[in-house]
Amino acid sequence: MLGRTADSLYWMARYAERAENVARMLDVGSRMGLIPSSPEVQNSAWTSTLEIAGAYEDYERLYGVVDQESVIRFLSIDRENPSSIWSCLRAARENARALRGTITTEMWEVVNSTWLEIRDIDEQVVLGTGYRQFFENVKDRANLFRGVTNSTMLQDDGYAFVRLGYALERAGNTARLLDAKYHVLLPSVEDVGGAVDYYQWGALLRSVSAFRAYHKIYSNVIEPARVAELLIMRPDMPRSLLSCLNEACTALDALCLGRPFECRRQAGELHADIAYGRMSDIFNRGLHEFLTEVVDDCIALGQQIQRDFMMLA
Amino acid sequence: MVDTKNIGVTPGVFDEWYGTDGNPRELVAAFDRWLQEMPAEDIQRRRDEADLLFRRLGITFIVYGKEGGTERLIPFDVIPHVFGADEWRVLEKGAIQRVRAINQFLYDIYHDREILKAGVIPLDLILTNSFYEPQMIDFDPPGGIYTHISGIDLVRVSEKDFYVLEDNLRAPSGVSYMMENREVMMRLYPDIFAKYPIAPVNHYTDDLLRNLRASAPQAIDEPTVVVLTPGFYNSAYFEHAFVADQMGVELVEGRDMFVRDGFVYMRTTEGPRRIDVIYRRIDDEFLDPLAFNPTSMLGVPGLLSVYRSGNVTIANAMGTGVADDKSVYPYVPDIIKFYLDEEPILQNVPTYMLRRPDDLKYALDHLGELVTKEVHGAGGYGMLVGPAATKDEIEAYRARIEADPAGFISQPTLSLSTCPTFVDSGIAPRHIDLRPYVLAGESYSLVPGGLTRVALTEGSLVVNSSQGGGTKDTWVMGV
Repeated sequence: MLGRTADSLYWMARYAERAENVARMLDVGSRMGLIPSSPEVQNSAWTSTLEIAGAYEDYERLYGVVDQESVIRFLSIDRENPSSIWSCLRAARENARALRGTITTEMWEVVNSTWLEIRDIDEQVVLGTGYRQFFENVKDRANLFRGVTNSTMLQDDGYAFVRLGYALERAGNTARLLDAKYHVLLPSVEDVGGAVDYYQWGALLRSVSAFRAYHKIYSNVIEPARVAELLIMRPDMPRSLLSCLNEACTALDALCLGRPFECRRQAGELHADIAYGRMSDIFNRGLHEFLTEVVDDCIALGQQIQRDFMMLA
Repeated sequence: MVDTKNIGVTPGVFDEWYGTDGNPRELVAAFDRWLQEMPAEDIQRRRDEADLLFRRLGITFIVYGKEGGTERLIPFDVIPHVFGADEWRVLEKGAIQRVRAINQFLYDIYHDREILKAGVIPLDLILTNSFYEPQMIDFDPPGGIYTHISGIDLVRVSEKDFYVLEDNLRAPSGVSYMMENREVMMRLYPDIFAKYPIAPVNHYTDDLLRNLRASAPQAIDEPTVVVLTPGFYNSAYFEHAFVADQMGVELVEGRDMFVRDGFVYMRTTEGPRRIDVIYRRIDDEFLDPLAFNPTSMLGVPGLLSVYRSGNVTIANAMGTGVADDKSVYPYVPDIIKFYLDEEPILQNVPTYMLRRPDDLKYALDHLGELVTKEVHGAGGYGMLVGPAATKDEIEAYRARIEADPAGFISQPTLSLSTCPTFVDSGIAPRHIDLRPYVLAGESYSLVPGGLTRVALTEGSLVVNSSQGGGTKDTWVMGV
């Protein structure tokens, strides 16, 4: 397979996943806006959303003041923002367009029609009362694309690059999400089990589809340390760091075929840290430090994969 | 019910279905009955179905011009262009004869130049031609083949008379439409295909791969073939991807390739992989920025040196364009006689070469009756169809000719044959042409079929898709 083809597959998946993650964050953010709380709490929640998306500086430059409508506009349909849902779906489609001979017709149809829909979308509908529906649509489309990919694509090297793209994007997102929310929410830790806490941490869990899973696993009130454990260490939680790294390692095994690639070593090291680490050690070291390292390691791993397989000069 | 009485024929114009008298030709009698018996809504339904299929398959092309190019669907017409086995055999022999002679001609002008020495073609016409490639002098392409893929544009003016309009030797496009049109027709009319012996065309890419493999540099058992595309902003990108996909080979861009130690490689996830045959869909001047256009981002630096040392085959060969230049076209019948010692099977359209003073004078006096084209033009851009042009357009064109007479040729306006075609008012005759594809490498062959293009505007003779033309499936019966 051409290095460039692998690169396009990898980024197509990353952008598709990123669009969904942004939609999930905005969905949860707007849900939080319905819970009575002080303006400071509201704004800091939106600020953290911007930080998770890695877009706070761009936002500040373009909009200045943080408020719900502007953040939703900026992260959903703003064409100037390279990480808006609009831009991610366009980038996913442009990558897919260069892959017409590689991906299946069904995959192309989903990614193309998704893009055509958002390209022509009525801004007023998204910004008025239709944003929840919009986020739902983006999530539905992302699920459809993942499903079509899993059920139609030849499971060769190309498929492994798609899985890698999904896994790394998701790992980075979960780590940033946990980091930012922990940072914002921890000051209120004194009333653990209180109503605000229930909604705040509940929202975080919902944004990664883990709300019901939490209750099923812990049968207990929502507590930050348990949320962290769930999203870091649980192998059966689809968006946990461990689950993402399991997926990345499996995909890399299919590509490396036992050959000693540096990217496989890096992935293995990161995987071991999480799979064989202890939550207590992570908290002693500092959750923020740990998560920052994970984010950096994921970026480095992505770059090493490009060096090892895509021969990008 | 469709009333074929209303379809009619145009006086003095041969119709592929109804000849000149309006009665169905024997060849299409069965299809004509079937067309007549089909309710109009049914045809409309099948047209809608075809549109949907094309859209879903994403078969689009890009029209240059307004707003930097937009993706469009080429209109597809569900009424086929039908050939009998006998008339097809004549076309097949004639097209292959032409390409065979052209390959010998190209070898000659890059080696001993016998044809120029014999005075058959003026020396300066070839040597000063911008498509003549000095780098190709004394170079021997494998098998002596320069043009592996040729699209011969044909028109018919009567039952027996065909003319060649152009020999397209520089990456002729359209073959994906030939194949997809057939796919769609087989989905729309399975009953017809089951009942009548319509020759299949979809082994084209298999033939292409076989010929490309046979053209590999010698001493390679399992040659690696690739398709080289300028990238997905190119108007024919869909076709490049389609052809590569059908052959099961990589679709590469210049940036995927590099030259090292006398060979050309592509960057793959398994490391560098040597390339033996490049089916290129980019022009000569973009192939190698070291040798040609230094600003080109499309090619591969150093490719020409690999090519010249015989370590990679490029199809079609560099420097092939000189043979399909419109200033060389008038000599093709002489080229056939000179190399093959045969009479041309297919006729050339009589051509006024405006580099000649007598021809220029005649053409300028008769611009309103002639079709005038740029010598280096393609795609129907920059041509003047005299009978359809306004006075102002003719005068503007006259000024362009006078500024550079050698840059133009003129031809009489042919009365192109028509074929019944679905239009807004029902079914009506529309002018068509045909591009079959000749393959060379292992052997010369022609897939029984081709791309039929149709001018959808009443009376129009311009069939190019960039000028609003459509396409039809081409059926060759019982070959």
